[in-house]
Amino acid sequence: MTPDTAPRRRSVTGDVLIVMGRELRPVVSDPFSLVVGLVQPVFFLVLFGPLVATDAAPEPSPWAWFVPGILVMISLFGTASTGSNLQYELHSGSHERLLVTPLTRSSLFVGRALKEFVPLVAQAVVVVLAAVPFGFRPHVGGAVLGLLLLGVLGVGIGSLSYALAIAVREQDWVFWTVHQTVLFPLMILSGMLLPLDDGPRWMRVLAQFNPLTHVVEAERDLFAGHIATQDTALGLLAATATALLGLFLGIRALRAGTS
Amino acid sequence: MISTDGLSRSFRTPDGGEFPAVRDIDLSVARGESVAVLGPNGAGKSTLMRMLSTLLPPTRGSARVAGFDVSSQSRFVREHIGYVGQGSGAGHHQRAVDELVTQGRIHGLSRAAARGRAAELLSLLQLEPLARRKTQAMSGGQRRRLDLALGLVNLPPLLFLDEPTTGLDPQSRGHLWDHVVRIRQKTGMTIVFTTHYLEEADHAADRVVVVDRGRIVADGPPELLKQRSAGHTVTLAVPDPVAARRLQALLATADRVRAATAHGTAVTAKVDDGRTALPALITAARDHGIDVVAAETRTPTLDDVFLELTGWSLREAGAFSTGEAGQSSGAQEDSA
Repeated sequence: MTPDTAPRRRSVTGDVLIVMGRELRPVVSDPFSLVVGLVQPVFFLVLFGPLVATDAAPEPSPWAWFVPGILVMISLFGTASTGSNLQYELHSGSHERLLVTPLTRSSLFVGRALKEFVPLVAQAVVVVLAAVPFGFRPHVGGAVLGLLLLGVLGVGIGSLSYALAIAVREQDWVFWTVHQTVLFPLMILSGMLLPLDDGPRWMRVLAQFNPLTHVVEAERDLFAGHIATQDTALGLLAATATALLGLFLGIRALRAGTS
Repeated sequence: MISTDGLSRSFRTPDGGEFPAVRDIDLSVARGESVAVLGPNGAGKSTLMRMLSTLLPPTRGSARVAGFDVSSQSRFVREHIGYVGQGSGAGHHQRAVDELVTQGRIHGLSRAAARGRAAELLSLLQLEPLARRKTQAMSGGQRRRLDLALGLVNLPPLLFLDEPTTGLDPQSRGHLWDHVVRIRQKTGMTIVFTTHYLEEADHAADRVVVVDRGRIVADGPPELLKQRSAGHTVTLAVPDPVAARRLQALLATADRVRAATAHGTAVTAKVDDGRTALPALITAARDHGIDVVAAETRTPTLDDVFLELTGWSLREAGAFSTGEAGQSSGAQEDSA
């Protein structure tokens, strides 16, 4: 039997853009979901911010210390639960339908993961602007780089969330158990909301192994306008490593389930 | 359009054993055919469909679909097929028209061409008023029509439908099949589908492949299968159960009768040709002093065929079915 028509050449980048566009479309057509995602960080900003904005707050300014932490918190909580959407599509048949299209397998994952970049940065911009009336004065260039770094971290955490969703697709509850078990220690051990400088030694040691610690420090440096620092370099390394690890694990999990 | 050679698939069981879901399937489907794959729950129908549509790699044997090998040229296979799975294929947060346009873009259409194709399909499947509705707000029947539209976006020469009407009410089922039959008449596309509903196979298939325990146990046109396997069924009603048992004993030894069973006041006899057997059986009953108060000859159904081939009534098997997901849910997939 001869082929019906010659196979087409495909571009992985084109496939990634198609998948990313599909994932973004519901967000664009219904931006209310972004607003819902902002409720928690805004509450932290309004209710927690004044507690740290005291004379005893870390230098240089309490808001310059606190707001970057809130931004990393959005990245952590906003993207870590996105795997549940994929889990729903795995069960409903929607993901299966995409698997029977000529899309490259890796694009199915990468497109989804890169989608996290857009809503995350949009939410971060809103939080930064909302913090300005409280006295937050970000360095413009540093803020742009900070938002990009945040997006890279979001791709990484989103990828890990998707990878987890694929790995435990037969047991939904495992996803939420891991989600809840991992997120809070990561948050506390990053110095995101409370400084760890005066904490016990074991906490400070553990924090050094937490990639979020380095991203939080990098965000604080960038928003303060300290761009070429060791903390910034470490933060970029940590965010990039998280993204690459997430993409690697996710693509591997997807391929293992379908080939 | 499809040719398989010893196609097999096994799953690992939790106790470390191996469950052969599909065993040594040799199947050939010609261009333009409509083939129904029938079988009870766990027979291997969906596993077969998933291998042919490249969702699952075979553990042994080979298959070519639309001219391409499902293992080594899987992406090319996917360019030439449409697939409607058991689940809802459209994303629940997506709007119907967006999903169709995206599907068109995936298959290499320009944005304008994809929009045009989406409009054609929405019209063809009477989904135009729902074009901008999110799929989560659609009824089950509407979603299945959208799934069918998604499977047709690339105008595939071959369409797989895996239990496309499971869970739908009879009206929606009929509606969906009307569309499938009409599209097939219009395009001449090859269709391979699984179903638990025998009337769907009877209505829409040129050929029925019966699968049981992972193997093909019958393959042919529905009419031929019915004639070959089931003959005719004659039912005679008598005044009381005692008379029914007497008549059953009488018919069990009659020349024209293959088998006879009594149920209450009715006796059912399997015969080769009901039209010639019926008068003779009534005469035989009266000659032995048994009054026959009603009689009918029934054309054999695929369920009769199925019962004879597998020992299962498909209706009973289907009544408890929720698809074949359970078959693999407790089993881990083998690596290919």
